[in-house]
Order: sequence, then structure tokens, then C-alpha cells
Amino acid sequence: MLTLDALTLRQGEFTLRADWTLERGRRLAIVGPSGAGKSTLLNAIAGFLEPERGRILWQERDLGDQPPGRRPVAMLFQDGNLFPHLSVAQNVGLGLHPNLRLTRADRETVDRALERVGLAGLAKRRPAALSGGQQSRAALARVLVLRRPLLLLDEPFSALGPALRREMLALVREVTGETGATLLMVTHDPVDAERIADRISVVAGGRADTPAPVAELFENPTPDLRRYLGL
Amino acid sequence: MIPGSVAAIVVAALILGPLAAVLFRAGGAGWPSPADWAAVRFTLLQAALSALLSALFALPVARALARRRFPGRSAMILLMGAPFILPVIVAIAGLLTIFGRNGLVNTALGWWGLPPIDVFGLHGVLLAHVFFNLPLAVRLLLEGWRAIPAERFRTAAQLDMPPGAVFRLVEGPMLRERLPGILTVIFAICLSSFAVVLILGGGPAATTIELAIYQAFNFDFDLGKAAVLSALQIAIVTVAAILALRLAGTGMAAAGLDRPVQRWDGGAGLRLWDAAVMAVAALFVATPILLVALTGADSLRDLPSTVWSAAGVSVLVALASAALSVGLGLLLALPRRALFETIGLMTLAASPLVLGTGLFLLIRPFAFPGDHVLAMTAVVNAVMALPFVLRSLSPDIRGAEAAHGRLADSLSMAGWSRFRWLVLPRLRRPLGFAAGLAAALSMGDLGVIALFPSPDTATLPLEIYRLLGAYRMEAAAGASLLLTGLSFGIFALFDRVGRHADA
Repeated sequence: MLTLDALTLRQGEFTLRADWTLERGRRLAIVGPSGAGKSTLLNAIAGFLEPERGRILWQERDLGDQPPGRRPVAMLFQDGNLFPHLSVAQNVGLGLHPNLRLTRADRETVDRALERVGLAGLAKRRPAALSGGQQSRAALARVLVLRRPLLLLDEPFSALGPALRREMLALVREVTGETGATLLMVTHDPVDAERIADRISVVAGGRADTPAPVAELFENPTPDLRRYLGL
Repeated sequence: MIPGSVAAIVVAALILGPLAAVLFRAGGAGWPSPADWAAVRFTLLQAALSALLSALFALPVARALARRRFPGRSAMILLMGAPFILPVIVAIAGLLTIFGRNGLVNTALGWWGLPPIDVFGLHGVLLAHVFFNLPLAVRLLLEGWRAIPAERFRTAAQLDMPPGAVFRLVEGPMLRERLPGILTVIFAICLSSFAVVLILGGGPAATTIELAIYQAFNFDFDLGKAAVLSALQIAIVTVAAILALRLAGTGMAAAGLDRPVQRWDGGAGLRLWDAAVMAVAALFVATPILLVALTGADSLRDLPSTVWSAAGVSVLVALASAALSVGLGLLLALPRRALFETIGLMTLAASPLVLGTGLFLLIRPFAFPGDHVLAMTAVVNAVMALPFVLRSLSPDIRGAEAAHGRLADSLSMAGWSRFRWLVLPRLRRPLGFAAGLAAALSMGDLGVIALFPSPDTATLPLEIYRLLGAYRMEAAAGASLLLTGLSFGIFALFDRVGRHADA
């Protein structure tokens, strides 16, 4: 269970409050106007931003003193998810050992992950030699080998076309289903949210709302959500 | 962080240790003599005049380069970078074949029955300093022109401003902002000039502090006097270096100068003037280099064996110096801490002869310094190259961290893993460039080694200096060509390795 306990985040003048829990294995869509603090929330959970007040807990354990790499969190950013100077296999292998000293078994794990996301045979390529969709798949392969129970997506597929983006999200859904990971994804598209997520949290007016079941919320939108959707 | 701290302490000790030794020794050595003050005055005079003349002649050249596009423009800009790694002694040998006693100019004057000119003295020193610093000033000014927003030239063209008005209203403000920095940088560089003054200056009327230190060492072996002079040099150079860093600020890297500023002004007359200005500048810079190559080519085959062994020594010293400089530079730059980088830039306030004097004083109680000349040369050269190494590594380390640091954090990449898989792959190019630069600068250096010459261990620049002193001009030209080839070759080699490593 992910717990945001009386959390206050501050970046300059901007503040964001959240005080709720999310059960393990849920898929949460985070929606809201730009600049409302969706990425800020993910960055705090991933450990890139220190809370001003309150705590972030996973399975009752405070994450406050853990650096980003030690948290039970895998995060995909809007861009820059792959090191351009390393091959696809190396980029994935970093998820197993940050020093890239890989055993034979490790290399097999990497190969299996690449196969799972449909990149078998492209292991030796550099990211620049891949299409946008293939780059996303490579980043997902690393998420697979990282085996972290929390997956945060900060719109990593926003540069892809609608069809390709849905394909990626479907793959994410499959992968989280297999690993039992808890998903938090920022999105601008209510359709994406409905398709992938089972919970939704609206971030607006300096507050991240308690996650609510998707269908319920769309049937009975809050004023903030109405304003965001333009209803 | 810990290796960085160690490196910072080592570099600080390498600079402050010798300086402290010098100041301590100077303390009991009495007040500077009238001759010492004369050296101070000449040092300041020649540096000021060198800076003024270099900037004055650079102005029309940079202006012409900024507003013209022509084939060979990038070659011209490349040529303006050449004197930076051209060994000083080679440039002097080249200038002597033109302006020397039996040089081209005097030969021509002899045909017309005119009296010969004498290149030795203040004007000779200025000539050599302009040769080195005019190209530097051109590159720095060109950067200034590139920084002027294109819209301003467009507006000027639309208003049909005459060239004079463009200069006053558009280019003037940039020059007022940049010229003080450029002048102080050249002034600071010329304060520590040694080899030029050693060969073209000399005599009571044309002696700089650096040369006086050398003379105190070599002719009088008066350590107290050398220490007093070193203390004077430290004071002057520190003030100048602080001024230069303050006023010049950024720049010096001069990246991407190839793109000309788009201009709409100027008729045929102006175009002719620009062409003439650039031709003269190109001739002035290229001719000495070409002459060395031409006269040296003949004697390259039967060079004395001492030249070849000196070349071997120089290569080894250059490689050791480059390794040390790049190693220290990396350790200082990796933690991305302003304090560490400032310590690395501190060497701007030191001069090779002062460092050499200080090291001599430090080593003497324990060992005979003459036995460690090459090691001292390599260390001093490495320290002197450190500011350039830092300036080329630092931006890319910061860039790699800015672009990929978060991803590396999220993957727990720290320490060696982070260096090996994040920083190093993004750093190959500047590493190659920095190593090449450090090696080439060491290769061409005639500084510390001249303080403690010993018959059996000479570097190639020192060997050329000896050949010049013995009026063996052909052998000197051959050795100069060899040295030029080695300097540019070693730079190009490292630079190429860096460029192609990540392909």
C-alpha cells in the first residue's frame, strides 16, 4: 500500500497537498491541468523532491531517508529514459547492476525482457537507431528487469502518436498485471485513463484528490474534473 | 567527493607549496634592487603594449571575418587557432628567418642599399607577442560579433545605416563590453612570457621579471634574488589574473565560430578592404610557420642525434604531463564543486619559472634538484595546463549530469558505475581535446627546463634554443619542424581518438 501521509510539497511559490492511500496492485491515473503538480507528485514519490511536510510510505515503511535508486520505485520520464551512448542491452542491463557487470544468467534475463517487449534482435543497437515506439519498449524492458513494485509514468509516451501510445499503455497494463506492480501514471487523455486505470486522482488547485474508482468519477465528476474536461 | 578533495589538496599544495617556499626565502633576501624595479617596469610596459597592439590589429581582422563569407573562411579561423599550440621557440625561429639579422627583410633591405633592422629589443618582443595574441584576440572578438543578435544588423540594414554608424551603434556596445576582458587576458599572458624575452629581449633595457629570475638562477645562482623576483611576479600576475577572470568571464572556448554573421552592408570598396586585412593577417601568421617548414625540410634528414634523443624526452614528458593534468582535471571537475574548480584555475596566477624556483627550493633539502628536472618539468607543465583542461571537461560533465543525472539516480548509479557508464562515454571528445592540448602545451614549453639545464637531459625546445644560440640555423629549423610536427601531431592524435571513440 502506498501512503501519502499529510504530504505537503513545495517548489518555489507552488505548493501541493495530498493525504490518501492507494492499495497494492492498483492502476492510478493522475489527471489535471498543466502546471497543477502532477509531475511534482511523482518526483516526490521517486525521491527527486523532498517533501516540505508529511511522509511517503510504502508497505508501512517511510521512504523519506532513501535515495531515489533505493526506493521500490521505477520511473519513466517524459524523455531521456535511455542513455544515448549505451546499447539497448546495456540500458536494460543497468536495471540489474548499475556497474553493468552481468553474469550469463543476467544476460539471459535481459534477453527475455527484450523479447517480452518485442525487441528481440535489437539488443546491440543504440537508442538513436530505434524508432520512438522501440525506445519506449526498451525503457519498459528495463522496468521489467528492475522488478520494483511501484511503477511511475510521467507521460513517457506523449511524443508518440495516439495508436502507438495506446499500444504502449496496453503493454504497460499487461506487464503490471504479470508483475503485480502498482501503477501511477500522469495522463492528459480521459480515454487513456478509462482504458488503463482503475483509480483516478484529480490534481488541481494545489491538491491531489483521494483516488476514486474511474467509472464512478466519470459518471459523477467533481467540479475540478468538470473544469478540466471542459464539461 | 573524497578523490576530488584529495586532488584539490594536491593541486593547492603544488601551487601554494612552491609559492610559500619562494615567499619564505624572499623574506630574508632584502628589498628589490633598482635593476629589479626596471624589470618590473619593462614587464608591465611590454605586456600593456602587446595587449594594445594585438587588440588594435585584431579589430579589423575579426570585423572582416565576421561579415564575410568566402571559401577558406573556416581554414582562416583554424589558422587563427594554430599559434596557441605552436611551440613558442618555433614561432621565434620562424620570425627570425624573416626579421632576423640575415633574415628575408634584411636581405631585401641590403639589395636596396638600406641599413639593416635589428629585431632584438622591445620591438622584437612586441612582434612575437602580437604574433601569438593577435589570433587569440581575433577569435575572442569573433565570438563577440557572433553574440550580437542578427535582428540588430537587419534593422541597421533596413535603416540603410552607413558602416560608420553600424560600428558606432551596433558593434560599439559589444566592443566596449568585451575589449577590457580581452586586453587583460592578453596582458596577463604576456606578463609571464619567458622564451620570447629570453631570445628576443635581454640586456638591461629589455628584461622581464621571468627573465631576471632565470638570470638570477643561471648566471649568479642567487636564490634570494630569484625568490624576491618571484614574489614580485606572484603579486603582479595574481592581480592581473583576478582582473582577467573578472573581466573576461566566460568565453575562451570559442566553439562554433564557423557560422558567419549575416550582414547586408558594405560595397565593393569595403569588401576589398576586408580582403586585404584578412590577407595580411593570414600572411603574418602563416609565413613564419611555412618558412620553418620550408627551411627545416632540407635539414630534417641529417639532424644531430641530440635532437632525436631530445625529441624522445619531450614526447615522454608531454605524455606524463598530459596524463597528470587530465587526471587531476577529472578529479577536480567530477564533483561539480565551485571550490575545486577555483583551485584548478589558481594556476593562472602562477608562472612556470616561479613554480620551478619554488620546487627547487622545496626539493633541495632532500635531493639534488638537477636529478629531477624532467619530473619537475612534467609536473609544472601539467599544473599550467590545468585551467584549459578544466574549461574543456567541466561543461560536458555538467551537461551529462543535467541531461541524464535523474535517470542515473533512479538506477542507483553512483561512484564508479556512474563515472564509467554515464560520464565517461559523454566525455570522450573533451577528454581527447584536453589531453591533446595538455600534451602539445607541454611539448612546446621552454620554461622550467631552462632553469636547470643539464647536458644530458634536454627537451626539444631547449635543444632548439641551444642550436639557435650556436647560430646553427639549419639544424634549428629542422628541429623546429620536427617539434611543430610532434606538437600538432600529438594534439591531433588525442583529439581524433576522442572524436572517434564513441562512434
